[in-house]
Amino acid sequence: MVIKNPEHVIREITPDRLLGEVMAFKNAKLRLSQACCAYSEEKLHVSYSFANDDTNEYTILRLVIDKDTEVCSITEFYPYAFLYENEMKELFGVNIQMINLDYENKLYRINEEAPFIKK
Amino acid sequence: MAKQSIVPFGPQHPVLPEPIHLDLVLEDEKVVKAIPSIGFVHRGLESLVEKKDFNEMTYVVERTCGICSFMHGMGYCESIEHIMNVEIPDRAKYLRTIWAELSRIHSHLLWLGLLADAFGFESLFYQCWRMREKVLDVFELTTGGRCIFSVNKVGGVLKDMDAEMLKVMLDVTAGIEEELKVIKKTFLFDYTVESRLKGVGVLTKEQAHNLGAAGPFARASGIKMDMRTTGYAAYKDLDMEIITSEAGDSFARCEVRINEIFQAIDLIRQAISKIPGGELSAVVKGNPNGEYFMRVEQPRGEAIYYSKANGSKFLERMRIRTPTFANIPSLLETLKGADFADVPLLIVTIDPCISCTER
Repeated sequence: MVIKNPEHVIREITPDRLLGEVMAFKNAKLRLSQACCAYSEEKLHVSYSFANDDTNEYTILRLVIDKDTEVCSITEFYPYAFLYENEMKELFGVNIQMINLDYENKLYRINEEAPFIKK
Repeated sequence: MAKQSIVPFGPQHPVLPEPIHLDLVLEDEKVVKAIPSIGFVHRGLESLVEKKDFNEMTYVVERTCGICSFMHGMGYCESIEHIMNVEIPDRAKYLRTIWAELSRIHSHLLWLGLLADAFGFESLFYQCWRMREKVLDVFELTTGGRCIFSVNKVGGVLKDMDAEMLKVMLDVTAGIEEELKVIKKTFLFDYTVESRLKGVGVLTKEQAHNLGAAGPFARASGIKMDMRTTGYAAYKDLDMEIITSEAGDSFARCEVRINEIFQAIDLIRQAISKIPGGELSAVVKGNPNGEYFMRVEQPRGEAIYYSKANGSKFLERMRIRTPTFANIPSLLETLKGADFADVPLLIVTIDPCISCTER
């Protein structure tokens, strides 16, 4: 078996560059492997991971943003991102706009607002 | 134009042991659209990083699910080991590989039984689950558990397998291989099975790629993707080819999973023949500081364990992206144009694990 395990690349970008970068990944036929959020030092760290399944290259686009920063949904390019984006919106309160299927914070039916943000 | 109606499917349904809901938009008996709802039993296990330290989290993570338990623990531990630059002993790598492949056999046999049950072939269902019991017996012999094993730790494994246990494993897997050859004939050559699976729920290669499908579900559509090719645990020392099929229908998903059981048995044989002696774990000092996305090939496909640490014993974030979470959009696509009567079967063919998804 040919083993391919290149180092992961994490690239930090600003929210205004997100859609352009994502479109480039889409055109390069990369797969959106996952998207998730972490809360660190009072900032939201939003990660979008893109996989090249031929080479196993793994690139992560990282947004480091304030809680109220608006982020545009990537569902225009990756329609199946709606579950990831709804999860980030509900658990961390990431202000994601224009999700193609927006559950309006009802994906997990949690009463508390942004429960994964440490109070 | 046919009249449209909306039929709620789940969260309680005989084919669903765990809750997921679909709003099915029908035109007569054909599904034209499906809108999913999950989150009925979301547990928020990931938020326990605030209360459990990075070692204790191993036991939380493996309780994500009772079927994929071992690989959840392994994936999480490997993510922390990457962050801490811990090289685990070779014997621990091989033991992890053996248990991981045994998990794959157990999971795929469970799925084959559920599939047989879904298309109404009761005796086939019982045969698959009878074989699965033997795998659980081996788990009990080698780990002490049948569901949750608690053999992973950051830095290696907690339990060893002696020569006698390895021999039992070889004998049991050889027996399963022979029985599976018989069952395979029924799954792949019986016309009643074919009539329920062939051409049903087709997902093309392009659709599978565009919808981010993972695991056997994607490989049945011709996508050559398997995280074991990244060489984690002892996979870099073993020979395997990615098993794919081109048809993309329910039959192809069945075929891929059956062949993956044979492959798993072969990988266990290779691992047992090459397993070195030595320590079970490496010394782990200090706390993790950094982040890593660990990808492993669960029976249902690519699972991602994201750990982010800040140098304290509590992680800042631990996140599991399960294969079922990735396969839901593709499931919705396969439902389009399907007969209403095939919906339960199509849901089964993605091998949904809602327990994992509702981590």
